[in-house]
Amino acid sequence: MNKVVDNADTAVADIQDNATLGLGGFGLCGIPENAISALIRKGTKGLTCISNNAGVDDFGIGLMLKTRQVKKMISSYVGENDEFERQLLSGELQVDLIPQGTLATRLLASGYGMPAIFTPAGVGTEVALGKEVRNFNGKDYLLEYAFDIDFSIIKAWRGDTHGNLVFRKTSRNFNPLIGMAGKITIAEVEELVPAGDLDPDHVHLPGIYVHRIFKGHDYEKRIEQRTVRQS
Amino acid sequence: MLDKNGIARRIAHEIKSGMYVNLGIGIPTLVANYIPKGIDVVLQSENGLLGIGPFPMAGEEDADLINAGKQTITTIAGSSFFDSALSFGMIRAGKVDLTILGAMEVSENGDIANWKIPGKMVKGMGGAMDLVASARNIIVAMQHVNKAGESKLLTKCDLPITGLRCVKKIVTELAVLDVLPEGGFYLLERAPGVSVEHIRNSTAGKLIVPDVVPEMNPD
Repeated sequence: MNKVVDNADTAVADIQDNATLGLGGFGLCGIPENAISALIRKGTKGLTCISNNAGVDDFGIGLMLKTRQVKKMISSYVGENDEFERQLLSGELQVDLIPQGTLATRLLASGYGMPAIFTPAGVGTEVALGKEVRNFNGKDYLLEYAFDIDFSIIKAWRGDTHGNLVFRKTSRNFNPLIGMAGKITIAEVEELVPAGDLDPDHVHLPGIYVHRIFKGHDYEKRIEQRTVRQS
Repeated sequence: MLDKNGIARRIAHEIKSGMYVNLGIGIPTLVANYIPKGIDVVLQSENGLLGIGPFPMAGEEDADLINAGKQTITTIAGSSFFDSALSFGMIRAGKVDLTILGAMEVSENGDIANWKIPGKMVKGMGGAMDLVASARNIIVAMQHVNKAGESKLLTKCDLPITGLRCVKKIVTELAVLDVLPEGGFYLLERAPGVSVEHIRNSTAGKLIVPDVVPEMNPD
């Protein structure tokens, strides 16, 4: 059950043009920095990226926008990115905006083997256009489908050779959900340990969902809004 | 008339011990600064944390620990981390007692618009649609009128809707109002120095004014 690959370049080597990717992270917190860099080196084009956010101009998915590798973003919030805005307004980039909880739960459905979910988010709004509405116990819900993701790319704090993953603090966010939704899931970790070193009670995402794992390096872990108090 | 901090301070009075509370971005975030001492409350951050603490001291920022506004934060004793599906699961299941968020417009039947202005760059709804569709109690912090002096408390929202019939209470620079289940803004309190007439002239939707409208306690 050894899932370890040498590095990010090996891990993403078979990702073809026009693939659908899922990428973990919330803002710049918990994003797969090494795999994004490898995709830029590889130059894969026409990507559809499912990710809560789209990075900033010079970091995260923003770097892949700059190199015109992304055809479509599926996200809940895409602010803080001038190049994104330019490509969207010029028609070079498509974007599907969906409510954050709907995004998370559609990913969950994919990982749980369920074709769809019902959620009240978006009822009565333009998000509901063209969608089936079902009433349960007097309240309306939208039918939303699970995702079909070719490659999921996620970042964990610690992982073992079997692909079991442990996340740290709020960098967990979408990572386990994206991770469970991919046909092929690639995990990069800050610390890679032998099977047996992680307490099975502490594993957040079981290795069955993870197909490739590698130890990342040179993490920048950029902070988007550094806020501090004086006392 | 209240400033942003005044609005936040007044809303903080609505928070009771034992509540789990989600604070939106903007004025709602300021509410945390005014929760009275001795009130035992747990703040939820929809990116996966129960138990938001104060901002960190300089040098103690942790890139792996942020709130939904992407600001560095700390945790309180008894906090917990979880993934985004569980986070919206607890919101959808009605476990979060109170949601405080900002709005561009609210209608007299409690519809809210706060995510999109036609003709401007659309950044996305984030978690707003999930929160307003499921929260048991929603308080809106907002300006009563826009920069042109036009009311943002309307008969019907003009902007694209975020959620239907969900707002229960509104706190503005001028007033505290309940949104009645049968429709209409019920005037509960006036901001210091603000007349009922001023509020009436600033409210385009149906305003219900009781015989006595007390001035709010600013503290």
